[in-house]
This record gives sequence, structure tokens and C-alpha cells, in this order.
Amino acid sequence: MTVYLVRRLLQALLVVLAMSVIVFVGVYAIGDPVEILISPDADQLERERAVVALGLDLPLWQQYLVFLTKALQGDLGNSFVFNEPALKLILQRMPATLELAFGAMFLSILVGLPLGLYAGLRPDSPVSKGIMAGSILGFSLPTFWVGLMLIMVFAVQLGWLPSTGRGDTASLLGLQWSFLTIDGLSHMAMPALNLALFKISLVIRLTRAGVRETMLMDYVKFARAKGLSPARVTFVHVFKNILIPVVTVVGLELGSTIAFSVVTESVFAWPGMGKLIIDSINVLDRPVIVAYLMIIVLMFITINLIVDLTYSLLDPRVRLESKGT
Amino acid sequence: MSDATANGTAPATPRKDKVETPFRRFVSEFCESKVAIGGLIVFTAIALIAIFAPWITPQNPYDLAQLDIMDGRQEPGTTGGAGFTFWLGTDDQGRDMMSGIMYGLRISLTVGAGSALIACLVGASLGLLAAYAGGRTDSAIMRLVDLQLSFPSILVALMILAFLGKGIMNVVIALVIVEWAYYARTVRGTALVERRREYIEAAQCLALPTHRILFRHLLPNCLPPLIVVATMQVARAIALEATLSFLGLGVPITEPSLGLLIANGYEYMLSGKYWISFYPGIALLVTIVSINLVGDQLRDVLNPRLKK
Amino acid sequence: MKTTRRRHLAAATAVAAGIAFVATGAAAQTMTMAVGAPVTSLDPHYHQLSPNNAIADTIFDRLINEDHRSRNQPGLATEWRAVAPTVWEFRLRPNVRFHNGNAFTADDVAFTLQRLPNVPNSPSSFAVYFRPIARIEIVDPLTIRFHTHQPYPLLPLDMTNVRIVDKETVENATTADFNDVRAAQGTGPYRVVTHRNGDRIELERNDTYWGERPGFQRVSYRMITNDAARTAALLAGDVEFIDQVPTTDLAKLRADNRVRLSETLGLRLIFLGLDHQRAPGENSPFVTDNNGQPLGRNPLRDVRVRRALNMAIDRNAIVSRVMEGAAAPAGQFLPEGVFGHVPGLGAPAYDPDGARRLLAEAGYPQGFRIQLNSPNDRYINDSRISQAIGQMWTRIGVRTAVEAQPWATFIGRASRIEYSTFLIGWGSNPDGSHPLRNIIGTYSRERGWGASNRGRYSNPQVDALLEQSLTELDNEKRERLLIDAMRMAMEDVAVIPLHIQANIWAMRRNLEHTARNDELTRAQDVRPAAR
Repeated sequence: MTVYLVRRLLQALLVVLAMSVIVFVGVYAIGDPVEILISPDADQLERERAVVALGLDLPLWQQYLVFLTKALQGDLGNSFVFNEPALKLILQRMPATLELAFGAMFLSILVGLPLGLYAGLRPDSPVSKGIMAGSILGFSLPTFWVGLMLIMVFAVQLGWLPSTGRGDTASLLGLQWSFLTIDGLSHMAMPALNLALFKISLVIRLTRAGVRETMLMDYVKFARAKGLSPARVTFVHVFKNILIPVVTVVGLELGSTIAFSVVTESVFAWPGMGKLIIDSINVLDRPVIVAYLMIIVLMFITINLIVDLTYSLLDPRVRLESKGT
Repeated sequence: MSDATANGTAPATPRKDKVETPFRRFVSEFCESKVAIGGLIVFTAIALIAIFAPWITPQNPYDLAQLDIMDGRQEPGTTGGAGFTFWLGTDDQGRDMMSGIMYGLRISLTVGAGSALIACLVGASLGLLAAYAGGRTDSAIMRLVDLQLSFPSILVALMILAFLGKGIMNVVIALVIVEWAYYARTVRGTALVERRREYIEAAQCLALPTHRILFRHLLPNCLPPLIVVATMQVARAIALEATLSFLGLGVPITEPSLGLLIANGYEYMLSGKYWISFYPGIALLVTIVSINLVGDQLRDVLNPRLKK
Repeated sequence: MKTTRRRHLAAATAVAAGIAFVATGAAAQTMTMAVGAPVTSLDPHYHQLSPNNAIADTIFDRLINEDHRSRNQPGLATEWRAVAPTVWEFRLRPNVRFHNGNAFTADDVAFTLQRLPNVPNSPSSFAVYFRPIARIEIVDPLTIRFHTHQPYPLLPLDMTNVRIVDKETVENATTADFNDVRAAQGTGPYRVVTHRNGDRIELERNDTYWGERPGFQRVSYRMITNDAARTAALLAGDVEFIDQVPTTDLAKLRADNRVRLSETLGLRLIFLGLDHQRAPGENSPFVTDNNGQPLGRNPLRDVRVRRALNMAIDRNAIVSRVMEGAAAPAGQFLPEGVFGHVPGLGAPAYDPDGARRLLAEAGYPQGFRIQLNSPNDRYINDSRISQAIGQMWTRIGVRTAVEAQPWATFIGRASRIEYSTFLIGWGSNPDGSHPLRNIIGTYSRERGWGASNRGRYSNPQVDALLEQSLTELDNEKRERLLIDAMRMAMEDVAVIPLHIQANIWAMRRNLEHTARNDELTRAQDVRPAAR
């Protein structure tokens, strides 16, 4: 087990390294940060000064070495735009994104699992067909468009919910959270729903597919034949089996929810790190892009590890150490 | 035991004990759902419209010389300077929305189907390989998946489109790079469970060649989740293309896809010019829903474990 | 240690202020405004960027302020004049205090100017405004003199770009200290209470402000970068004031009796740059003949071709159809009433037949193919304008492909002179020398000219006039030189001017706003509406 963990960690390190190289080359290929950040009326001298100030006068590989040396000391560099440590900027924005992502995951399980279960158990009822049709709509609509429609309907037309922003926050563990205040929650409702829409559909479909398959399995048939109550069959035998794919996908999707909250955050002006990254990409703020991606990569690796561990707990047939034959 | 063997071979090898061919069997099972037939008909119609768009539209919406901004933002039913009627109105450039949607369907379908197909091929092969080979290969592939999934698609697209420039092919490449990892992970997850089952062990005991075990025994049993993912990914690819266009990274602005038409029009939603965004949105929705209806039924039919 | 104590003190003050606010319970005293471009720092000398300058104007003052028409107004200086060809003298406003109570004196001015080139890691510094100054002389606490290297008529203009900070507070402060509010102590109409980076800035009235009393007890200055979301927030009543109103929402907002608009013509020209770099006998990167083969020459070096392209554009159609009226067709950089505006030089008339004749005359009776490059996220309706121009050029036989890209990708390539023709904008300072020097003047590192001349236009006669104007202290003569230079460049079609944008703000009915032509969105320009 320990060997396994150590190996995964080493692999993670390699991934982070590879990623930072790609980002360096990628940002270099996209454009020149100084061209974007500099005031248009700056003269040539001022442009040269800015290039030096941001450390962009060195050849790319030297810039990368400088970055690596500093990174090993825990310094991921200062944002070109804000002149503050990139890590600090991201950590400041992280709670906002995390609570949005968890809110969305929570919603998707809360709504998706029961609906999927129902649709799986009664595949031919009209309600199930309605649920499935709804789930198709759920992932057919582009996020940005749904977000805007939500604002149009619930904020502008009906005036029930605030249109944008994060609202009041309360402090917990030294960080600011919206979900602790009523106002914050009302601000969170629409963006969380917007972000959750796709996941809800996903959970519904996965659950339904899982239930339908499992119901035909011999052990379920056997359990039924034994005269166990339908509720027990459903919630113990079936449920346990369908949890595996759902856990995998939900786990995977948590990472991608965080990584892809970009669109939702920019439509709802939610001050999270998704918005920070899209703003940073727009001005090629490389230190922030690199630091953000490093955090995301680490997060993914952790999530995948947890998913793999959960796998082995839920399904003893999958063993971690078993590689090859 | 006999059940497991039947599972393993059912979809791949022809059944000799039945008179009907597997294809006929497949067709008749598919036709059990009227909704799915409806979906197939609608999708076929859409595909035909997309293919024959250049011959049936009153305007070539990609030819700037045929557009006139003086015809811009006309309501549905208005007749423009060129003498034909804009049944679905025009966008800000004076582009006939009906022609624009028909041409846009071509691009959205090409992008969606093309990227999903390629990503599925690449992803499923790698996922199978990872699950079957295990060890170093597995780790290498899965870390690549981690790497891939950790990049926001927008950043990947921005980089690729910066390297390659805009264009339909480049969008497809970007989408493949964004999506292959989903297939790989899904297939690996299922295959890890499947390869411990008896029928694979049986196949291994028979010393069948690896590629035969991979593609004829393991893959068919990994299909159900793969099809769930694939149908969703076609939809997702089309929606993602729309999002990329929304962010200004997709297809060229003078050759809009459905997504770009929606993105162009959504700024006009607040001012009541609904048709610029609404009709392409409906077209997108109908397309995706019909694909999904077909995909749903396909999954039920193809799933060996749902066989009664 | 000292820092911590000060921070505690600041926090205590903020809390006290908060309690006072709650006690009076005047909800109407708080105004919430949303801006479209994020403020990147509260340090007024860190990043030369409009949103930063706007918030800096709210917190700090300049020696010379500009009114809404960009005319110079006494700010922290009450009068200024050139006492010798190379000496400018400024008399400072007495009895002004910074937000922290420190008195404002000539020391603060001298310190501020010396700080300009020394802000670490600045991505775009204010150093240019210090460079012409050879020596600063403090005559008395309220009189200061700037000795320049050579006669320098633009010094007052430069001073309208510099916000004055408190020497005592800022001497050992970094940009981060400004962002933590501690160092952001100005003399301006509002003081900062809290700053949430990229999200919002909470402001409070400076009750001892020397100028007109600010309209609100508290102002919440928020950043909502998505255009549609910003409009929606205004309509939903979540914010009471927004800037950068998208032209697509204008019709709707004009018809809505809950809101009002405030608008004025700005100083930003949208224009097309043309490739002057490739010699007449060379290929321009994105110009080909009608079969897509290289042309073997650069048609853009022929003034007849440039005139044809210029005449082929129907500016009125672009302004009315694409910009929905929120712009004015232009034939030069500056609008009427601004120093250096060329009188009588209107927008070129739309004449497609004349354009075709000129093309034939230049040897292109069948036209040619060209690609117009454009950003799609930078200027109002940028990619829409480019497509409209594509239509118009295609109609005179110049088949145009339009490629719109995000600014991040576009600008790097434009600066490497990779395009044949491209759409770009220029926000001028209110002085004719500004666009001439940056866009029209021959690219030269030594002189610091043409840094934004991305077509590499070069005309020795224009350069000579500009050169002369830069040391001419007599404003009348100086303006004549600038007008002549600009007229010459425009007749030569150095660039193709399209239109000057209007700046538009929207607010709830209970507010009033003074629209500024420099695009700055400042809290002090918003007031409760007179009933």
C-alpha cells in the first residue's frame, strides 16, 4: 500500500513537471504578455523596461529554470498583472469556487440519484420518460446560454434571485464562505444550478443505466426469488452495485467542475478561480496560469487516487496492487 | 458459468442457433422504441438538410458579397434587398438565419461527430490497453489522462488554436485532445472489472491472441458505458464548440456554426431580438436530442446484460 | 510591529465607520456601481490602465485634473506656467489633507514623481512622465518647479496622468500595501474601506474633501466583466449604475423607464492599419490575386489603392447598423473641440464607384484578395465591424476574408507586423501630438516614436512637422503644426479611420452622471438625481 502511494506521488510529480513545461511553451506560443499589459502609449524604452521587469528578456529555457528554482523554494512567482504571489491570488479565490463546485455536486446527487433510480426501476412509466427527456435537455444546452436564461427569468423578470456576484459571506476557518449566510445562498443558487445541470443529467443517466443492468443480474434475481423486500433489494443489492460507476464519474466530475466553472463564473460574475484563470489567460498572466494548473493537476491526482481507493473498497475484485497478471 | 460465456460472445460472434441474422435482430430490437425511430427520422432529416444545404438555401451565408448589413437584424418574415424572404429573420450582418442554420448544421455535425469518433477510437484503445496491460503502461496512460483532464478545455483550445490558427479541422483536433481522456478512463474503469470475469480467464486459458481478447471479448463488454459516454460526448462536443465560439476561439466568424450563431445572437436577447439566438438554439437542441434518442436505444440494444 | 498596529487601527476605524453607518441606517446613502473592466491594483503608479486610473482618480488627485471634456482644471495645483523655456512652475493648493490626516505639500509631489520609474515589476509604468524632467526644485511647501531637459510643452498634459501620493505613507510601501488599503491614502473625494481583488472595492466619503462634496456616504464599486450580466444586474436592481453598456442593449435600455443613460462622444478612434512595411515590389502577407497566387507587389503602398479602400467603406451604415448609433463616423483621430482637431476634415464620403475606378487606375481592374485581421474581444463590436468592412470591400472587387481572434493572440502578431490590414483602436490623450507620435510617426526607438505604428507608416514631412511641434511652447503655433501634420497623414491615408466611439453609462432613475470623454468611470461623477 505504501509503495503504491509513493509511486503514485512520484508519478504526480512527473505530471506536474510536464504540465509546467507545456504551459510555458503554450503561453509563449499564444502571445507576448507585455504587448497586452503595456499601456498603448508607452514608447520603446518603456516596453523594454517592462520586458525586463517581468523577466521576459531571458531565453525561454532560462525563464523556465528561474521558475523551477523558485518553485522548489515554494515560490510560484508573482502575477504579472497584480504583482502579488500567484499562489496567494488563487488561494484567495479558491473558497468561492470550491463552495460552488460542492454545491453543484450536492445538487446533482440530490436530484440526479433519486430520479435516475426511479427511471431505472420503472423504465416504461411516462414519468421516467419525462425524466430521461429532461436529462437530455440538461446536457444539450450550452452552459453560457442556460446561465443567461436563468438570469433573464429569475433575476430580471421575476426578481426572485440576485443576478450576479457572491453576496454576503461569513467567516469559517479564516476563510470567507457564502453558504453560511442567507444572502450568500441566494447568490449561490443560480450559478450552482447552472453548473449542476450537466452533472444532474449525467447522474440520472448513469444511475438509470446501472439500475437497469443490475436488476437483470443473477444475484438480484436470486435475492428477489429469496423473497427479500423490494426496498431491500433496491437499496442494498442494486444500490451498492451502481455506486461504483456513479462514484467514479462524480469524483472525476468534481475536478472538472472546478476546472470548468470558468464559464459559469464569468456569466454570474462569481469571483472564483475560474474567473481568475480566464482573466489571466486573456492577459497571458503566465505565473497565475501555471500556478492554477499546478493546483488543478494536484487536485485531479488526489481525486483520482481517492476514486481508485474507493473502488477497491467498494469492489474487492479491483485490487490496487494487481498490475499485469 | 454458461451464462458468462454467453455474455462474452453474444454480440461479437454470429449465433448459429437462430435463423435471423444479427443485423436483422438488431434492427427489430431497435424498432421496439417508437421514440427512437422518431429520433432517427429527425436526425436523418437533419443530416440530409446539412448535406444538401448549398442547393436548398436561398443565400450562401458564408459569402460576404451576398450579405448586406442594411438587411441586418430583420424580423422573421421580412423581405430583404436581394428579393427573397427571411423566414427566420437575419442576424447583425444581414445573414439569412435559415440559410445560416442549415450551413451551421453542417459544421456542428462535422465537428461533433468527427471529434467524438476520433476521440472514442483513440481513448477506448488506450483505455483498454491500460486495463489489460496494467503496470507501467497503465500508469503512463492514466497519468496522461490526469494531465489531460487537468487542463481546462478552454486553455487547451486556446493553445491549439494559437498554434494552428482557426478552422473547423483545428476545432476538431482541439476537441479530440480535450475528450479522448474521458473515453480512456471510462473504458479502463469498466475493463478493470470485466477482465477479472471468468470469460476472459477462459479466453486466456485458450491462449487466444491478445488483440483478439481485447477487441472481441473485452471491448464488447465495455461498450454500454462507452456508448453512454459517447452519446453524451457528441452532445458535449457540439456544446463545447458553441462555448469555444462564445469565447471567440471556435470556427471563423464569417463561417458560423450553430454555436457561433447562438453566441452572436445572445447579446441581442435582452433587447428582444430573440430570433438571432433562438432559432439556432432550437436547431442545436433538436439535433442533440435526436442523436441522444438514437444513442439511448442503441445502448439498450447493444447491452449484452439487458438481453432477456 | 508598527505595521501591524497600524493595520489594527485601520481595521478598528473601518469597524467604527461600519457601526456609524448602521446607526444612521441611511440605506439610500449607499450607491452600488458595476464596472466592466477589473481594477488590477490600488497603487496609482503600478499599471497605466484605464480602470486603475479611474479608481485612482476617486481616491487620489492629480496636480491638474481634467473635466468631462478633458479640459485642464486646477487640481492639487491651483495655477501653473512656464517661467522659463525649460522651467514649469506649479502653485499648490493650500490646506489639503490626505485621508490619514497628513498635510499635502510640495514634498509629496516631488516624492510622487520620483517614485514613478521605481515601482517594482510594473507591467506598464508611469516612468515616461518623469523622463522629460531633469530636476525638481521645491521653492516653498506650496510651490514646486520642474526643470526639463529641453523646452517641453506637454508637461501639463503629463501631469494630468499622475496621481499624487503621501510621501510619509508610501515611502516604504509596496504595491501590495496599496492593495491591502494601508498605503492607499489619497486626497481624493472617496477613501477606501476594503478591497477585494478583482471583485469589489468599498469606498466611503472623504468628509474633508477640498472640492465638491461627494454624493454618497458609501459607494460599493464592483467588477462585473460579462456585458450581459452587467446589464442584467442593473435591470434586476442589484446595482444602480453600470459602465460600458453594450450597444446591443441600448434599444432596450432606452425604452425602459426605470433607467437612464448618460453618453458622450469619446476619444477612442477605431481604425484600420495598413501594411506600409513591405516595399511596393514585395508581397504583403495576406494579399493575393484572385486565384490565391502571390501578387508580386504590395498594392497597399499605392495611395490610389488606399484611397479606394477608404472610399469603399460606408461609415454611416456601420455606425447606424452595427454600432446602433453609439459612434460618430470619423476622418481623423480627434473629435471637434479637442486640441489638434483638424478643422473641416470630415469622414470620407462613401463612393464605391469611385473606389472601383481608382482600383482600375492603379492596375487592379479585377481587384485582389485580402485578409482583414481583427480582435474579437477588445473594442465595441470589433468583429462585427470587420465583417461589415469585408462585405463592403468585397463589393468593389477586393475579396476580403475576415479573421477575428482574441486580443491576446491578435496583438502579438500585429506588433510583429504580420498582418496586411487589421482593425485596431486608439484612445487619445486630448492633444494632437499623442496619436501623431504613437501611430503616425516613423518607428524609432531613439525618439520613442511610432511604438504603436503597427503598419510602419513613414512620412518624413509629417515627421518634420511633429518634431517641430514637440518643443514649441506657443500653443497656437503648436496646434497649427499638429493640424498640418495630421491633415497630411490623413490625405496620404496612413491609416483608414472608421469612427469615434461613444462612451455610455446606464443608471437607475434616481441617479445622475456626468459623462466623460476619457472613458473613466469614477464614483464622484455619480450623484443622486435632483428631484
